Amino acid sequence: MIMTVLGIDDAGVWLAYLLCILSTVYSIWYGIANWNKGDEEVLPEDKKWVEDEKKAEEGL
Amino acid sequence: MNNLMMLTVIVVLYLFVIAWLGWYGYKKTKNTLDYLVAGRDTHPFIMSLSYGATFISTSAIVGFGGAAALFGMGLLWLTFLNIFVGIIIAFIVFGKRTRKMGHNLDAHTFPELLGLRFQSRFIQWFAGLIIFLFMPLYSAAVLIGAARFIETTFAPQVNFNVALLIYTLIICAYVLAGGLKGVMYTDALQGAIMFVGMIILLAFTYIKLGGITAAHQALANISNLVPAKLVEQGHQGWTHMPALGSPLWWSLISTIVMGVGIGVLTQPQLAVRFMTVKSSKEINRAVSIGGIFILCMTGVAFIVGALSNVYFVNTLGKISLAVAKGNVDAVIPAYINAALPTWFVYLFMLTLLSAAMSTSSSQFHAMGTAIGRDFFEKGIWEGKNTKYTVLLTRLGIVFGVIVTVILGFKLPDNIIALATAIFFGLCASTFLPTYIGALFIKEMTKAGVIASMMTGFFGTAFWLLFIHQKESAALGLCKFIFDQPTLASYPWTVVDPIVVILPISLIIAVIVSLFTSKLTKEHVNACFKHF
Repeated sequence: MIMTVLGIDDAGVWLAYLLCILSTVYSIWYGIANWNKGDEEVLPEDKKWVEDEKKAEEGL
Repeated sequence: MNNLMMLTVIVVLYLFVIAWLGWYGYKKTKNTLDYLVAGRDTHPFIMSLSYGATFISTSAIVGFGGAAALFGMGLLWLTFLNIFVGIIIAFIVFGKRTRKMGHNLDAHTFPELLGLRFQSRFIQWFAGLIIFLFMPLYSAAVLIGAARFIETTFAPQVNFNVALLIYTLIICAYVLAGGLKGVMYTDALQGAIMFVGMIILLAFTYIKLGGITAAHQALANISNLVPAKLVEQGHQGWTHMPALGSPLWWSLISTIVMGVGIGVLTQPQLAVRFMTVKSSKEINRAVSIGGIFILCMTGVAFIVGALSNVYFVNTLGKISLAVAKGNVDAVIPAYINAALPTWFVYLFMLTLLSAAMSTSSSQFHAMGTAIGRDFFEKGIWEGKNTKYTVLLTRLGIVFGVIVTVILGFKLPDNIIALATAIFFGLCASTFLPTYIGALFIKEMTKAGVIASMMTGFFGTAFWLLFIHQKESAALGLCKFIFDQPTLASYPWTVVDPIVVILPISLIIAVIVSLFTSKLTKEHVNACFKHF
């Protein structure tokens, strides 16, 4: 039996269509679920990196 | 024909707004770096729109959208990888570690990150040289995508060559006005315009064709119009995958889906973006907006590209490829100009300009630093001479622009998706094992990654010159030496190098690392500090 999803009857194609939507839903969920996780203090190496990056960019 | 004067006014106004935002952002010193050092969060919209605008270009929208008019909706596998690999894996798995390791090592470019991690100047300059020499393929693809739209929109007053020059002037003005600095307001505006433009494009297309299901069914119903030549190569209709193992199937899956879908992880201009954020929290937040953004970019482009066939069959009795005279790069511009109202053509012009400018500027920046900082400063002068770095970086940018424009003129039709895929695939095979080793495998050795990079680069070059027939026949070296277009037989002649060379370079990295001397514990610990 051929299963048709959204007018597409090839599972190889509608699966891709659905996976696009599902992976987007997952990314939305991940972002929201971890919205306040992963906060890190600014370390000396972070500051040094920024200073060096700015120097390089300003030179350009 | 569109109103040339009106379009020109809109484009000039847009450029003024971009320039003003750049200046305003600069004056307020509110770029991502200031936020970072002040310990403040960048707005997640900014991080993801900025990454997305750099990731998605006219190559994705015009080039790969056009490819969808040829291959059909099977191209959505690439959108899936764009989101799953390009956002979820890239941000969560690679991005957080890239940020920390980049800061630990004070690395400012992708080659520098790899070079410092493995204590090898060779890795840095070799990677820089590859980026400098081969990125023009990709930047030319972006340029051609923009030029095709300008050409189609302004026809017959503007031909392709003039369109190419117009866009080159725009991008040069943008770069000179500070467009390389990626001030967040400009990035955000460009990302937002792209977002709105693509959403409207999808809505218009589905509404025009009677709704989602009706549009897909209409596309399925015209599968009898697939040209015989494509049917011979495995085409089974635009709502079907090509026949398993056919030449078209290999092109779609190995070159387009895998090459670009995986290669995104090793795009130097994208990897460095993670270093500009304050914490993993910002990366977490950006994942959600990034996913939606990519779906609305490549997802829309590929659906609309495939469905353009229905529109053209209904209105002109011809499939998209025939309307575009065999050049897939011209399908999306032709569709937008024919099917959408004039005001949308103006908006879409800005959408494409935004998409192209944000990507082009980061490409030229990556080419400049690859030659100035990675090749000369760290490679040739061993980090002892920094006097000429800025000058050489600027010259590198100018050289990159010139080579890109020359390629823009010289490259043939049907090239945008192919050129992009070649560059992405080359980066994946050459850099991915090293990048994975750098971030995740403490035991990976310098000799291991050098062997892997050599295998990836020269293996890909060999495959393109002597095995993969599309390129080997066009480049002609195989014919010149061996008097035949390829040394292999089917199916290897249609299998993309990434399928063969990437696994080999991964294996080589592991095997050589097992038998060669490790980096010192102190250095490795310094790399992985705060992980």
